[in-house]
Amino acid sequence: MSELFRRFGRPGGGSILATAALWALLLVVLPQLTMVELSFRPNLPAVARGGPEDVWTLANYTALWTNPLHRTIFWQTIWSSLLVTVLSLLVCYPVAYHLAQEARGDRALLLATALVIPFWVNEILRTFSWFLILSRNGLVNRVLLGLGLIEEPLALGGVGAVMIGMVYAYVLFMIFPLYNALESLDRNQIEAARDLGAPTWRIHWRIVIPHAKPGIAVGCVMTFMLAAGTFAVPQIMQSLPGGTNARWFTQIIYSYFFDGGDWNRGAAYAFALLALCLLFVAAMMRIFRVGLADIAK
Amino acid sequence: MRGAEVALEGVGLAYGSFWAVRGIDLDIRPGEFFSLLGPSGCGKTTILRLVSGFVEPSEGVIRIAGRDVRGVGPAARPTSLVFQNLALFPLMKVWENVAFGLEVRGVPKAERRRRAEELLELVALPGFADKRVDELSGGQRQRVAIARSLAVEPQVLLLDEPLSALDLKLRQHMRAELKAIQRRTGVTFVYITHDQGEALTMSDRVAVMSQGRIEQVGTPAEIYDAPATAFVASFVGESNPVPGRVRESGGGFVTLETALGPLRARDPRGLATGSPAILIVRPERCRLDGAGEADAVDNRVEGRIERVDFEGAFANLLVASPAGPGLVVQLANDGRLAGLAAGAPVTVRFPPEAALALPEGPLARE
Ligand SMILES: Nc1ncnc2c1ncn2[C@@H]1O[C@H](COP(=O)(O)OP(=O)(O)O)[C@@H](O)[C@H]1O
Ligand SMILES: [Mg+2]
Repeated sequence: MSELFRRFGRPGGGSILATAALWALLLVVLPQLTMVELSFRPNLPAVARGGPEDVWTLANYTALWTNPLHRTIFWQTIWSSLLVTVLSLLVCYPVAYHLAQEARGDRALLLATALVIPFWVNEILRTFSWFLILSRNGLVNRVLLGLGLIEEPLALGGVGAVMIGMVYAYVLFMIFPLYNALESLDRNQIEAARDLGAPTWRIHWRIVIPHAKPGIAVGCVMTFMLAAGTFAVPQIMQSLPGGTNARWFTQIIYSYFFDGGDWNRGAAYAFALLALCLLFVAAMMRIFRVGLADIAK
Repeated sequence: MRGAEVALEGVGLAYGSFWAVRGIDLDIRPGEFFSLLGPSGCGKTTILRLVSGFVEPSEGVIRIAGRDVRGVGPAARPTSLVFQNLALFPLMKVWENVAFGLEVRGVPKAERRRRAEELLELVALPGFADKRVDELSGGQRQRVAIARSLAVEPQVLLLDEPLSALDLKLRQHMRAELKAIQRRTGVTFVYITHDQGEALTMSDRVAVMSQGRIEQVGTPAEIYDAPATAFVASFVGESNPVPGRVRESGGGFVTLETALGPLRARDPRGLATGSPAILIVRPERCRLDGAGEADAVDNRVEGRIERVDFEGAFANLLVASPAGPGLVVQLANDGRLAGLAAGAPVTVRFPPEAALALPEGPLARE
């Protein structure tokens, strides 16, 4: 901040700051405030707005608890996102560890490139590739049919398919924070533990994981937020045979905004999801005993 | 605790086509304080990693307590390694660090704590059990690392330049401390250092290494007084190397033709007449003419004092000679240094017994 004033002088620095503040106000704060305001008002036809029925209300929020279908989907979304997070962690930890501590030179480079290349493709296409693998005539069904293990193609859609799609879609958001944390671990500590007789699991439990805690927390928070807030992945994976039951809470929000025309309810649902996500962040920080500063790193 | 013997027979380790060490033969006795001394990059750490089991030799056999340890991992060897950077576990308390090896072995917590406190006592850190690692000074961390290694009751403790990160004063204190710990425990210490002073003061025996090979193994006195190669002579202690050629030999002495004229020296290696050789004489064995009784057989070199480096207890004189390399002469501060000033012509004198003729070979770079 003072650096800014030093370089551009008081008027220059001041106008830069003012522009940034205006930018944030117009593009971030005001729309969000509008949404907050909307969420506390009933959804009325245009003529009734400003009339006697237009009062502050919690009805949009309570609807989430009184509507059993919405409530179920809400919890299912949270639960599935948690599973996606755990699954990602289980898949990514060994890969990140290998990449950070064991792979050497060309092999490490090759592995890192292989991990990153799919991420040059956009999320929708990445998800679509899994859609193809799991589809009626996809790789999985063909292999199973070819091996004679099944007679008929399986309907592979469902919550599981959505979760696989997500784990794949967000793998890097878990791997990179983990890699960053693991990479900074002094290899000698691992060797010292081994020299003192520790088996591999204990080295991880006592040395590696405690060291990687901030990275694990960041990876989990990012993956969870992305999973809970995604729209594209469930939308695509639902078109698999047997996939219709896998509804995501974001789809309900979407339909209130764009199909139902009830922005008030949509906004309230969106904030409910946001609140739960923030709760999750707070919980992760508590569990892993890391501060905001560690996560920002 | 009891120390075990460690034997290396023709051990070599290749990284690709590069031999980090090769043809290593060592016989380290039980309970010995044994040092590996050599310049950085000569393969000292490699030998420790071979003995501790982190790498297997490409050739040769390693025996610990008489047992061939090929295929036995670091966890199963009766050795414990103190890493060059200590590698303490920063997220554990001091006592948890020390007791880590016991935790691994399933020792109950109360017992672990008791043992950790005992070991901290042994390394002169009583009352430090509940401190965090980052609250400790360099010397204290050093001791925690040693306690952690001793906790698993190794028969051989391997130490990789453990004092190199400490300042001079602490280093000297820790030398005595380490030696005392070794005596108290009776464990075989294999100690790595590139500091010859450290190796000479602490060790029962020293192996001097250069470029992946062992140049000489011996007691500190043997290494210093009877270096086997020009490298050892120039690496350990100060020395004046004078290259030359053997003119005549016999009776355990040779006369070398050098740029400083003919010089006589002891000939432990039996050099052939006409072969190239290096004469080595320690600065403290040189005298200035007239400073004692003259002896007819003494070597004499004419020169001029170029510089006087006053060190307090003694002074180093650099004597330049027009014909060849300069000689460093170390004189005790016996009250007669005052008359010596740069530019004065002097004659450097040393008896043939004080000089050593060795086959020509690479010298240690300063
Ligand atoms: N993993 C490795 N791969 C290739 N070369 C290595 C490796 N480790 C050590 N070296 C080489 O082996 C030689 C000896 O290394 P080291 O034993 O660490 O020396 P010191 O401990 O005496 O300084 C050095 O030239 C070093 O570059
Ligand atoms: Mg080393």
